[in-house]
Amino acid sequence: MQFGIFSVGDVTTDPTNGRTPTENERIKAMVTIALKAEEVGLDVFATGEHHNPPFVPSSPTTMLGYIAARTERLQLSTATTLITTNDPVKIAEDFAMLQHLADGRVDVMLGRGNTGPVYPWFGQDIRQGIPLAVENYALLHKLWREDVVDWEGRFRTPLQGFTSTPRPLDGVPPFVWHGSIRSPEIAEQAAYYGDGFFANHIFWPKEHFMRLISLYRQRYAHYGHGTPEQAVVGLGGQVFMRKNSQDAVREFRPYFDVAPVYGHGPSLEEFMAETPLTVGSPQQVIDRTLEFREFFGDYQRQLFLMDHAGLPLKTVLEQLDLLGEEVVPVLRKEFAKDRPAGVPDAPTHASLLAARNDSAPVGA
Amino acid sequence: MKLVVVTAGLTQPSSTRLLGDRLAEAVAQRAEVEVSVIELRDLAVDIANNFVTGFANARLRAAIEAVTEADALVAVTPIFSGSYSGLFKSFFDVIDNTALAGKPVLIAATGGTARHSLALEHALRPLFAYLRAVVVPTAVYAASEDWGGGRDAFTDGLGERIARAAQELADLLLRRAPRGPEPEAEVVPFEQQLAALRLVE
Repeated sequence: MQFGIFSVGDVTTDPTNGRTPTENERIKAMVTIALKAEEVGLDVFATGEHHNPPFVPSSPTTMLGYIAARTERLQLSTATTLITTNDPVKIAEDFAMLQHLADGRVDVMLGRGNTGPVYPWFGQDIRQGIPLAVENYALLHKLWREDVVDWEGRFRTPLQGFTSTPRPLDGVPPFVWHGSIRSPEIAEQAAYYGDGFFANHIFWPKEHFMRLISLYRQRYAHYGHGTPEQAVVGLGGQVFMRKNSQDAVREFRPYFDVAPVYGHGPSLEEFMAETPLTVGSPQQVIDRTLEFREFFGDYQRQLFLMDHAGLPLKTVLEQLDLLGEEVVPVLRKEFAKDRPAGVPDAPTHASLLAARNDSAPVGA
Repeated sequence: MKLVVVTAGLTQPSSTRLLGDRLAEAVAQRAEVEVSVIELRDLAVDIANNFVTGFANARLRAAIEAVTEADALVAVTPIFSGSYSGLFKSFFDVIDNTALAGKPVLIAATGGTARHSLALEHALRPLFAYLRAVVVPTAVYAASEDWGGGRDAFTDGLGERIARAAQELADLLLRRAPRGPEPEAEVVPFEQQLAALRLVE
């Protein structure tokens, strides 16, 4: 099982001192956070992609390429890459390039974006969100698997004899996760291709995500990729910890109360009861996270949101120390217990390459 | 059959709630219904939180489910600034826009003066038309004076109007075919999604 963090990359004023980081500080902070993730033994760093203030990460492969150069083991991913408004040809090329630079430590999570206007900004129509995700991914999938592509679709200019370069590292395309907050069509898409499905699992009640994941698991089996239990599932989560749970609540509350997304709404206590947010001791975070398996089945990847709502970098780094030292080692041990034999690990470049070589004809 | 009264009255006791109760009683005399009442005042903060967070908490979810599963609704609001109250509208804003489709609805309102009575026709009826509910022809407005005499040579009294609206709702309920359980959400098979795009392979 993989553990990691995902960042939205918001520039938010720290409500406790009124200080707003500059874009430069926030970008550098994201890099520092990613490096820290590797240092404390986490497996994955994923960045969002946004094209509107107050978010900084508009260019994920640039950032991930830089992080790749400064890390050894960390798996680099996105949360999410916009399959709707990016040209699939550019996604194919950018992530193949990143794969080469990072020696395969790359996967990608596809999604549809956080704001309506992002569609017209890139010449698209939000009412075509799902068809764009379907068609663009069909092309991306082909570009990574066929050296020469002829293509004609509804949304982009046709391609004749096109080769996207560089070719994926070792001929193995990056593993793809499909992220969705509300669309069964995307769960269906992930199932059809035998790709992973990621439920962001923050800010909303779990029941909502349970329906999507259960649909994905059933359809994964329907399309013959394995049993429902073998489907590749990722979950988000949001936590804030201190050794003493009252200290965690006291320190996090001012950030919670005015946070983008949910601030000025329910109390911290109500929000913790209604959504997967956990604010408390490392033990409370361990207990709550272990429950996820009861609701969603054994799964492959757990990403935590740690760096939003104006939390200062120093605090986030302390959180990562707690996560890496006290929480994740216990989670690794506990999740490994009673894990049925057939449940796979999250695919990596090495595992995909090995699978490909196993299935290749002898002497080929 | 389940009849749900949604009332946006704010005071306690509330004449809006009273009107809702009178209407529900009148319907119950004409059709076999099990009545439950949703006081939006009790859900005001939950409704506001739904706007902020994007999801309904457990208490609000229960109210939304009751309305969605109802066989008919009585929807009552005070008239504020010439229209339904903001709380009343907010509740119907956070409900799925198909939840009321085909559902018989009796609309009613209260106000300090009879001059605002057409707000029912100009504000509530279009709202429920948008939600594709089946709104009965008689909408019941109760001004302060209606709780006394309120009758004149040209208008029925409140009692008669309540009876007429209740009969209209009961007639719709009696003709309503029993509803089976909601079908499971259908998945559009992926081949069909691809085919709809007519990709040239």
